[in-house]
Amino acid sequence: MSQQYRLKSCFQMLAEQQRTALIPFITAGDPLADASVDIMHALVDAGADVIELGIPFSDPMADGPVIQLASERAIERGVSLHTVLQDVHNFRQNNQKTPVILMGYLNPLYRMGFAQFAQSAAAAGVDGVLIVDSPPEESVVLESLLAEAGISMIRLVAPTTTAERMRLIAAEATGFIYYVALKGITGAGSGANSDAESGQRINTMRKLTGLPVAAGFGIKDAESAADWAQLADAVVIGSALVTRLAECKSSEQACETVKSFLAPIRIAMDNVT
Amino acid sequence: MFDLGSRPDASGHFGEYGGKYVSETLMAALDDLNKAWQKLRKDPEFLNEFDNDLNFYVGRPSPLYHAKRLSEKIGGAQILLKREDLNHTGAHKINNTVGQALLARYLGKNRVIAETGAGQHGVASATVAARLGMQCVVYMGEVDIHRQAINVYRMRLLGAQVRSVTSGSATLKDALNEAMRDWVSNVDSTYYIIGTVAGPHPYPQLVRDFNSVIGREARRQVQTQFGRLPDALVACVGGGSNAIGLFHPFVDDTEVPMYGVEAAGRGLESGQHAAPLTTGRVGVLHGNKSYLMDDDNGQILHTHSVSAGLDYPGVGPEHSWLKDSGRAEYVAIDDKEALDAFHLLTRTEGILPALESSHAVAYACKLAASMPADKLVLVNLSGRGDKDVHTVAELEGIQL
Ligand SMILES: Cc1ncc(COP(=O)(O)O)c(C=O)c1O
Repeated sequence: MSQQYRLKSCFQMLAEQQRTALIPFITAGDPLADASVDIMHALVDAGADVIELGIPFSDPMADGPVIQLASERAIERGVSLHTVLQDVHNFRQNNQKTPVILMGYLNPLYRMGFAQFAQSAAAAGVDGVLIVDSPPEESVVLESLLAEAGISMIRLVAPTTTAERMRLIAAEATGFIYYVALKGITGAGSGANSDAESGQRINTMRKLTGLPVAAGFGIKDAESAADWAQLADAVVIGSALVTRLAECKSSEQACETVKSFLAPIRIAMDNVT
Repeated sequence: MFDLGSRPDASGHFGEYGGKYVSETLMAALDDLNKAWQKLRKDPEFLNEFDNDLNFYVGRPSPLYHAKRLSEKIGGAQILLKREDLNHTGAHKINNTVGQALLARYLGKNRVIAETGAGQHGVASATVAARLGMQCVVYMGEVDIHRQAINVYRMRLLGAQVRSVTSGSATLKDALNEAMRDWVSNVDSTYYIIGTVAGPHPYPQLVRDFNSVIGREARRQVQTQFGRLPDALVACVGGGSNAIGLFHPFVDDTEVPMYGVEAAGRGLESGQHAAPLTTGRVGVLHGNKSYLMDDDNGQILHTHSVSAGLDYPGVGPEHSWLKDSGRAEYVAIDDKEALDAFHLLTRTEGILPALESSHAVAYACKLAASMPADKLVLVNLSGRGDKDVHTVAELEGIQL
């Protein structure tokens, strides 16, 4: 299977170049049902190293208003787990290199059936799956089916995670670790500032797993991205991008928005030494 | 004092149901809560304080009332009402909030949050917060704020802040989402008082423990007053707390059938209902695995019931377990049947039931009609109907 290889080689290359990965998040099917594949290519052109693609869910408990509304709009447009997988499949026709991580909630996967999901996701070219409401304790079945299909189940660590849980999460983690940069929901207004404690947690997870650590939640512009780039191996930008995309009326406009929004962030991250 | 039975297991599962399907940020808080609760549920001092509050603040025990005129009118089994409507604040919800407020204090939290549908749990939370001098925020769907205006004002009088939730269907499930978001954001300072036996472990267990006083009393009372156990138990099921509260102490009395009554809304065929156990399938929502209502893409469906407190697409995991095990049976009563029962009980017994409880009364009447007069049907009258007077008037085209 090529999937885990894709994430691994991506982070290997970044390490060699001493660069931090930029991981933009978009909600599949927003602002338009059929623009996601174009937007994904535009993300890569604008310097994305990995793409996080949100699976819309009706009850996104860990998301702030921006991603909630994007999900509601996408569902209204008929977007579902099936169409999200189709998007990844279509993206892979022209991009074999950039890892794609699906982010979402468990029930849509449960409804499809974990085995079928794992198989379809692998066939579409998905590299990782991040399920917000499925901690390792509840993920045994899904995680092993994904592993068989060559897909990483990305595990989360939060500012509230205890040392004991960090060890539990580290055991058998694959792909990368996602560090939740703030105690809160996505897109929290005040934003997240890096701090010494976060730095320590990120280091601990790196040591325990030997995997790269991405920071996300509340990172919203060049300044905060550069700030977190000093601590983490990857920086995730979600709500700030989704907000801007929401205003776009066409695929072209969305792709332009991606470029103008990500360019200064990419530069700021690359200037971190 | 609490039944220390083996369910849920140590990881919070009732068979395959339950668990802790939440974001990592909450896992430590849930672990702390669980540790505290596994200790306190056996701590005589804590239980004594809880009992005292139930007796002197809530006004327990609540009577078991033999509804003779109603029984006569139905012409079947004798209908007994467990009068949770007589509790302070007018529903069973206070049993749980009194307990969880003590737990919040024990954990050193001075801010409590709650979600509410009918407003009864919001009022019960605002009440205990006022009593203990805690800050209280209640999340409530915009639709429910409109249909339960009196309860919204009650909460404000009690000093709680009521925050309107407009996302999704703007009802109970969305209020629960919003309360979870608040909790994730304020987890250090805040205790989340969940209002039913849903949510992640240990909530389904601890809410059950606090409400099982209903069944313990009822079991004792029916034996004292009638010299035997009842022939059936009936309770309405929204998230399932009043039903579990009644059922749990009877679970081992396998000769006593238990009926949970869901909301059939505009009819099960219409799709506009709130009956996940009757029509739904297993999935994951609000931190646990249980029966729920979703579409083929796994999106949670909007529900409908005339009663805000039953208008919820999920149900507590212990009910899913009781259903699969066959120990309890789940049935559904539609809006019209519930409204008829509301009027019937009001006119025959002078008791105005909550619309939620009216579903239980409606099914109990059907059941009683099919049974001989020497049988006993024990119904949980989970709340009083004062809060619903406006809704009923509006449905009947009456301007107040
Ligand atoms: C009087 C009354 N009964 C029943 C319910 C339904 O909740 P549960 O199923 O948790 O008892 C409510 C909820 O608001 C209620 O107010």
